[in-house]
Amino acid sequence: MNRHLISAGDLSRDDAILILDTAEELASVEGRAIRKLPTLRGLTVVNLFYEDSTRTRTSFEAAAKRLSADVINFSAKGSSVAKGESLKDTALTLEAMGADAVVIRHQASGAPRRLTDWVSGRVVNAGDGTHEHPTQALLDAFTIRQRLGRAEGTGLYGTGADRRGQGLDGLRVTIVGDVLHSRVARSNVLLLSTLGAQVTVVAPPTLMPLAVETWPCRASYDLDAELGKSDVMMMLRVQQERMTAAYFPTIREYRRRYGLDTGRMALLPEHAIVMHPGPMNRGVEIAAEVADSDRSTIVAQVANGVTVRMAVLYLMLGGATEGAA
Amino acid sequence: MCAMRPEPVHEPGPSGQGHGVQGHGVQGHGGPGDSGVQARPAAPRPGGEGWKAVLTPEEIRRALTRIAHEILERTHGGEGVVLLGIPTRGVYLARRLAARIGEFEGTAVPVGSLDVTMHRDDLRLRPARALQRTQVPPDGVDGKTVVLVDDVLFSGRTIRAALDALNDLGRPRSVQLAVLVDRGHRELPIRADYVGKNLPTAHREKVRVQLAEIDGEDSVLLGEVDQ
Repeated sequence: MNRHLISAGDLSRDDAILILDTAEELASVEGRAIRKLPTLRGLTVVNLFYEDSTRTRTSFEAAAKRLSADVINFSAKGSSVAKGESLKDTALTLEAMGADAVVIRHQASGAPRRLTDWVSGRVVNAGDGTHEHPTQALLDAFTIRQRLGRAEGTGLYGTGADRRGQGLDGLRVTIVGDVLHSRVARSNVLLLSTLGAQVTVVAPPTLMPLAVETWPCRASYDLDAELGKSDVMMMLRVQQERMTAAYFPTIREYRRRYGLDTGRMALLPEHAIVMHPGPMNRGVEIAAEVADSDRSTIVAQVANGVTVRMAVLYLMLGGATEGAA
Repeated sequence: MCAMRPEPVHEPGPSGQGHGVQGHGVQGHGGPGDSGVQARPAAPRPGGEGWKAVLTPEEIRRALTRIAHEILERTHGGEGVVLLGIPTRGVYLARRLAARIGEFEGTAVPVGSLDVTMHRDDLRLRPARALQRTQVPPDGVDGKTVVLVDDVLFSGRTIRAALDALNDLGRPRSVQLAVLVDRGHRELPIRADYVGKNLPTAHREKVRVQLAEIDGEDSVLLGEVDQ
């Protein structure tokens, strides 16, 4: 494993599969009498959140607590950051408090990378600007493998099969929506292609990143053409708060061309699943009936978030703290 | 937990041990009180230079058969017994024991596996390791007689971790320990209830158990130092 987790692109295929396999094992802790492991006892994990977040922060908090780490939550609101403290000074404060790992979410792309210069503990990127959100990509990959992974040798889809050690080879994943502003899309394209999936991004021309041809994926403007050949439909949130210009005429037009409704869902292959990183805009990128259908993995994604983050924290903090990292 | 059994190949406890036994007592067989089985050149097993076979496939088979009988005796016909193997090789040994008990008594004993990685006390000494599988039989362990199964009993630290891990899974009525090889050098007050073979070793020697399921053949090998 790497010392820090900043980009999904830093993970090799072996690293990624190790995280998924570890999460697979940790998922069984959920069903036990005592849902706690002593592994990270005595270590401190700081959640440093400069942006609002419910599921990611609580998910990291739950993950760290299940592993018996001490958790300090630090949100920009109501802290010295509101008084103008810089990221560096905050980092030095955390360093002085002996943080073994810092989980950071920041509105500026690149903030987690910068933080690695200032703290001696591990840094986990929990979303930076429009750059990356690697743990979301890991939990998405985990969910896809759980629902669609192929049992070894058979090429058949099936739940319950042992998928340890397997990637996502040959699965067709289509990521739809505001790709331009989406850190989830960026991390997913990098990770899923590392794991062997064929990724296609679909967006209106105005929401397609300029350098998309350098990404390890196909790009398309036409959602309807991709429906029949997708095993996974990953719908992205329309991020109104990051849109500084008019990227499409109206919500209604966006929905008509890029929203996943029941009509479009009917055109998906029988086994295909529908994902959304949340929070959803029901009725914009995804219709309520689709979000609540049994093809939707949205609730499973949240549950898997905790186990995947436990796996990441365990693999980063559970071993020797110095030497080969 | 009591390990007194009047079995022929059994010793009450590991002989001449203690920490830091260095430099002598290197012989891997014919320990005092042992029935002096192996010694015969058990077809120098592959596994490299410096390894010598101390248990043959037949001896392993007999040891497991005996342990299966002992478990049945001690638990009154295997009532309420759950076998939990410690990965990797303990799991295969647990399955073999369950198969034998099934043959002898016609009862199906639940088998599972118990990964102890997250409970180890030496996690910080090495890079994080991959987890192995924990599979508890559907009826759980509450009120059962859990027999932990491992290949080699050495410092006892793995078993301590296993006891902690088990604690989080439920509350067994009692816990017993079965091992294929007891090589001595305990660092904790832990003792096995069922032992396949007591193997006096020097602290620096290595014991390697190979099983057909993953290694292609059954054998127990004793190796000198840094292998």
